[in-house]
Amino acid sequence: MSLKKLNVAILGTGNIGTDLLLKVVRSEVLSCRLFAGRNLASPGMTKGSLLNVPVSARGLQSVLDLKDELALVFDATSAEDHARHAPLLRQAGLVAVDLTPANVGRLCVPAVNLAACLDEPNVNMVTCGGQAAIPLAQVIAEANPGISYIETISSIASRSAGPATRINLDEYLQTTERGLQLFTGCPRTKAILNLNPAQPCVHMQTTIMAKIAAPDLPRTRERVAAIVAVIRQYVPGYQLILEPMVEHGRLISMVRVDGLGDYLPRYAGNLDIINCAAIAFAEAVARRRQP
Amino acid sequence: MTTVKPSIIVCDATLRDGSHAYSHQITAEQIRAYAAAAEAAGFDFLEVGHGNGLGASSLQVGESLVAEAEMLRVAREQLHRTRLSVHVMPGVATIHREIAGALAAGVDLFRVGSHCTEADITQRHISHVRSAGRHVWGVLMMSHMVSKEVLLQEAQKMQSYGAQGIVLMDSAGAYFPADVTAKVGLLAGALEVPVGFHAHNNLGLSIANSLAALEAGARIVDGTAKGFGAGAGNAPIELLAGVLKQQGYVTAIDLYRALDAAELAGKLFAGSLPNSTGITIVSGLAGVFSGFSKPVQRAAEQFGVDPRDVFFELGRRKVVGGQEDLILEVASELARRSNPAPKE
Repeated sequence: MSLKKLNVAILGTGNIGTDLLLKVVRSEVLSCRLFAGRNLASPGMTKGSLLNVPVSARGLQSVLDLKDELALVFDATSAEDHARHAPLLRQAGLVAVDLTPANVGRLCVPAVNLAACLDEPNVNMVTCGGQAAIPLAQVIAEANPGISYIETISSIASRSAGPATRINLDEYLQTTERGLQLFTGCPRTKAILNLNPAQPCVHMQTTIMAKIAAPDLPRTRERVAAIVAVIRQYVPGYQLILEPMVEHGRLISMVRVDGLGDYLPRYAGNLDIINCAAIAFAEAVARRRQP
Repeated sequence: MTTVKPSIIVCDATLRDGSHAYSHQITAEQIRAYAAAAEAAGFDFLEVGHGNGLGASSLQVGESLVAEAEMLRVAREQLHRTRLSVHVMPGVATIHREIAGALAAGVDLFRVGSHCTEADITQRHISHVRSAGRHVWGVLMMSHMVSKEVLLQEAQKMQSYGAQGIVLMDSAGAYFPADVTAKVGLLAGALEVPVGFHAHNNLGLSIANSLAALEAGARIVDGTAKGFGAGAGNAPIELLAGVLKQQGYVTAIDLYRALDAAELAGKLFAGSLPNSTGITIVSGLAGVFSGFSKPVQRAAEQFGVDPRDVFFELGRRKVVGGQEDLILEVASELARRSNPAPKE
């Protein structure tokens, strides 16, 4: 007997939404019933039509009109838009998976707290940098009780940052910092985002830096290697490129994220990691609802 | 026939760019003393803060000794005619935290910068400062990396967001005078707001490039006392003061007081004044952000590689300002390539 798929909609047809669409279409347990945005002529909409996915330019309203046939909605619009969408989706009884840094629902980082999020009406996928950094930061904090400060720096290709990402930089920083605090218990955190226009496009890289009294490097390296293996189960392109080391009084580690190359090419690991995390959540919800 | 030279806005970035040269350890006393000297010299603006601007005190770039609010408070007290400015990089500084704090501290001018191709990330920050009734300029950093046409396009975006001036930064000290003439010339002719130039001295051309900018129509020029800034430093502001006077440009500068300010900086920051070294020259040739000098030297030492190789590799990768974390990765990669056998 084949699995009963969970019916989902995607709101937002930019880079994130379109990449997500390709991942949903490939999923064995998710079915995309609607791809909704504002402009039928956008490249994302065109892609959706080519894939024979129902599309609409009526945004949230088209999702609400279809609410009885849907269980879950991915929101890949903007922080401002999601703040408006969230209460309406909740009223409609739809689980919201928020890919903007709106910071409305519970922060979800699958490698860390997937099981605890499965009953939430609204989960926030933090940010691309947050998905890359938080699992590492959490194990670094666990391995080093003397941690007093954590910082994360991500560099992404300019081509992979669409208009909503660019207008939401402040929210990106705030949400990433809040996520780091929440998952590590470290009160002082900082996030930095760099856009690099180099051609060929740079692959997403994320660095963690921490201030730690008496760092335990062997234990840190062991815990980091273990969590990287967990993340790779749902983000295949996630790689440790600088093992935890101490330099200039800082503990430093660095990862690179190669994307799956679904919508944007493989350099766009930033799209990939947040979307892989969102899919991991939605698939877990779908599997749990299997009879 | 004599032509009347225009009046020029002179910006003193000593207490901001110099932060890089001093590993971000500038003290409140140094700020107080130098700010009073800059005021006496009649510089139009004095920029204060961490080398990468508001909110940039970090493990990535280096932590400031003095908290941002304290730096701005101390400088503010000394300034009356000279106005207080700050550097702002979206992706580091946010409106609600850092810009709000600087507005409350009485900052007059916000110079909101992005990498030279990414002007659209400055939109919210520029319009926020404008709506708060303060002055705001747009800054295009690492501007040697793209054509004059791209720079104009990006500058026009900043102008449309409300920027009241546009500064091209030669963050890597990689420009030659002909580049300055072409780029500043195009912008000065096409923009409605004044254009400025911020030089670095990696190839020994900071004054020549600044002069080329003025001759091409720039109305804003940046300098630092004794060139106290990242890498090989900036255009020394005391030299700018002399050159501007000799060339007949109108400024608010009191020449002797400007020379005195430089002497004071020489004493305050003795031992840390920038000079030309193999590393700063290679940094300019490779077109890599001047602020990387110190971290590159540290990383090269830790991994036992040549810092000049690190700079050329960073240049090959086209890193931008703010990507200091890549220095370690590049140094470790070079070490692995030169010594493929596993260590430990």
